[in-house]
Amino acid sequence: MSTDTKSLTSNEAIRAELESWLDENWSPDRSLLAWRDILVDGGWAATGWPLEYYGRGFDRGQVALVHEIFREKGAVGAASVGPRRLASETILAMGNDDQKRRYLRPILTGEHAWCQLFSEPGSGSDLAGLSTKAELIDGKWVINGQKVWNTSAHHADFGILVARTNWDIPKHQGISYFLIDMRQPGVEVRPLKQMNGHASFNEVFMTDAIVPAEDLVGGEGNGWAVATTTLSYERRGAAPTLSGASTSENPQEGLVYDEYREELKIANEPYTWYPQRQGRVDLVMSRAKETGAISDPVIRQEMAKLFCMSKGAVLASQAAEAKRKSGSNEIVPAGSIGKLAASVIARQSAHVHTMISGADAMLSGPTSAEEGMVAEVLISVPAISIAGGTDEIQRNIISERVLGMPKEQRSDTGPFRDIKRNT
Amino acid sequence: MQTEFTEDQEQFREVVARFLQDKSTPLSVREMMASEAGYDKDVWRQLCEEVGVAGTHIPEAFGGFGFGSIELGVVAEEMGKHLYCGPFFSSSVMAAYALLNIANDSSKVKLLPDIAVGKTLATLVLDSLNSPEAVGRQLVVANNSLSGTAAMVLDAHVADLFVIVARAETGLGLYTIHAGAEGVSVDLLETIDQTRKVSRVSFKNATVERIGHVNSESLDRTWDHICVVLAHEMIGGAQHLLETTIDYTKLRYQFGRPIGSFQGLKHRCADLLMEVEIAKAATHHAARCLDAGEGEAYAASMAKALAADTYMKAAREAIQLRGGIGFTWEEDTQLWFKRAKSSEVLMGTPAIHRERMISMMEQQS
Ligand SMILES: Cc1cc2nc3c(=O)[nH]c(=O)nc-3n(C[C@H](O)[C@H](O)[C@H](O)COP(=O)(O)OP(=O)(O)OC[C@H]3O[C@@H](n4cnc5c(N)ncnc54)[C@H](O)[C@@H]3O)c2cc1C
Repeated sequence: MSTDTKSLTSNEAIRAELESWLDENWSPDRSLLAWRDILVDGGWAATGWPLEYYGRGFDRGQVALVHEIFREKGAVGAASVGPRRLASETILAMGNDDQKRRYLRPILTGEHAWCQLFSEPGSGSDLAGLSTKAELIDGKWVINGQKVWNTSAHHADFGILVARTNWDIPKHQGISYFLIDMRQPGVEVRPLKQMNGHASFNEVFMTDAIVPAEDLVGGEGNGWAVATTTLSYERRGAAPTLSGASTSENPQEGLVYDEYREELKIANEPYTWYPQRQGRVDLVMSRAKETGAISDPVIRQEMAKLFCMSKGAVLASQAAEAKRKSGSNEIVPAGSIGKLAASVIARQSAHVHTMISGADAMLSGPTSAEEGMVAEVLISVPAISIAGGTDEIQRNIISERVLGMPKEQRSDTGPFRDIKRNT
Repeated sequence: MQTEFTEDQEQFREVVARFLQDKSTPLSVREMMASEAGYDKDVWRQLCEEVGVAGTHIPEAFGGFGFGSIELGVVAEEMGKHLYCGPFFSSSVMAAYALLNIANDSSKVKLLPDIAVGKTLATLVLDSLNSPEAVGRQLVVANNSLSGTAAMVLDAHVADLFVIVARAETGLGLYTIHAGAEGVSVDLLETIDQTRKVSRVSFKNATVERIGHVNSESLDRTWDHICVVLAHEMIGGAQHLLETTIDYTKLRYQFGRPIGSFQGLKHRCADLLMEVEIAKAATHHAARCLDAGEGEAYAASMAKALAADTYMKAAREAIQLRGGIGFTWEEDTQLWFKRAKSSEVLMGTPAIHRERMISMMEQQS
């Protein structure tokens, strides 16, 4: 069905329909929620989703066009910041009709913020080794255990949660995937201060927390497959970004803008340092000129190495994308390669920023270089090679799945109960 | 600007690859290395007649096929994979690009058609193979009489025609002289990489013909064109080393398991793949920039620096991951290692290209 719509919908037709719809419906004087209700009902909140669920089955190019038109009109789009996209994409792919009906809409309207409850103190890279327990008691799932490093959990209304429902079978098979209400007495969220002083992630303690039976996704014991869907979405680079997707860049006057600015301020708070963890390559040339470091031949060499990598990585990901589109069956490991490259680039950039600043690199805060941004680079870069799967795990993936090298010998087969793990 | 290969370009790659797979085997490469000429005349003739490699990028007006750096890169990439030994790089790439970028039209008409079909073997005589800025310090022309020494010239021992950049009172000029002319002496040199023959060429009051004025812009453009082809050759070689090394780690057993199952090796291979993918993308991009006449001015230097570092890394890893056998004369990996080394330093080390890149970026921003 959605393919029919796609082929019948030309870019001109999309533009004409959306522009006249916006002319009729968009007004900055409504409340944010009232506007988003209209937006969802009109079918313009998530045009890449299928027709049955608020969407139009548009392809990437068409979705991009829609965003473009929203931007031109200065119209506010659906809520999109934070891990909510991980939740909505997973529910869309693996949830049942009832779950889609209950959860997708408030994600789009911004009523519900989400977080990802995957990592635990005892299992991070080895996600399938998790030991948070879910038991079905009187028709409800009762959750006990601890999660950690959960970005935005302190703002979240719901969480996507993986927990163990069977301890007597191999570890991947005993996992189930839940949608959990964070606003309940059994869930306690404690912010964790990071080495860069921000506190975007949290510890989450669950003590007899309740998940209704209907909020199990994909059936009992199928949690690993559902979690993999979430992770592949995350590594495809659809991770949280600083700005909303279909949003106006310069919000203007009006109630909807005021509320939207407030929403962004809260939702973006955990992510203000994300550009710094990528190394701020964009600041390097101007810093080198400003400080005179540009005349140092050693620094010039390091700068060039950085620009070669950062520019080359962009070109490589474009080449991979082009190959993917042309339907080539050559395996293009764009996600993992891009993630590895991002780490190399961020570290080299921190190295170059250090050389450029010299002793000034000791300083931080608003009066230090680039209003503290250089200092923040130096102490944020270590996160990039850990978050979303460590560099070592990416290398495992590339070597085994892309290069086809032999798998590591396992010592974690058999019933989960018997596997050695952190206590 | 093109962002991916067209179907025609992919088919062309297939044709070149199939030919070289047949005619440029490690065995024949070793024969060529040991031979004085350094290449097989029949194979070269077939490459020119059947595949048409020598005239790939030469405009139809000058007897070529009128394609560009992209297609020439396709040829070079496959040649790099198969370690082709022959006058392609010296004649079709170096000499032809100097003529195309610098020579006057009548000389192009006169000289290029025979180069385009591989009948004339030309070579570019530069008195520095390090950087365009260093060219013109050794070779000096006065009244069409050339004296001085070019310390290293590719394939000079088999070339019919020397295309020379030399300094005259009026500045740098492009000159020609035929091999065997009076006052020209060629000494074949001993080299690490025997797949590329290098000679010292000395001129003593040799009578040359001036065919163009060289300015820094045309010399830079020539340098870029040559470097981008060389970068293609290098990424082809790096790709070959990556593939054969991975294959080896799957077959070789130690401690009761394939060495490719050791994480210490797997992670190095993953890193290498990342670098190869990036160098390939940067190199293909550089050719597209040249053909489109747009994009970053430093794209060629970026490609040369990345491809050179990546090829050397692939070569070092290829030997290390093979252990003792990798260090033998018998094993073929050393052939690619030596080609990687000669390509790394030919037409500018990575450090020189990085410096070139930064000065361009500095001026832009
Ligand atoms: C900024 C940030 C935000 C995050 N946000 C979230 C979030 O929102 N939700 C969430 O659930 N999690 C989140 N995480 C957690 C993240 O996914 C984990 O930290 C990560 O997967 C690593 O797990 P770990 O910390 O337990 O380290 P470990 O898995 O204990 O790893 C320790 C070291 O061992 C190495 N190692 C482990 N296994 C192997 C192996 N097989 N081969 C080789 N080396 C190995 C690792 O590479 C690492 O160097 C976040 C982390 C960071 C830093």
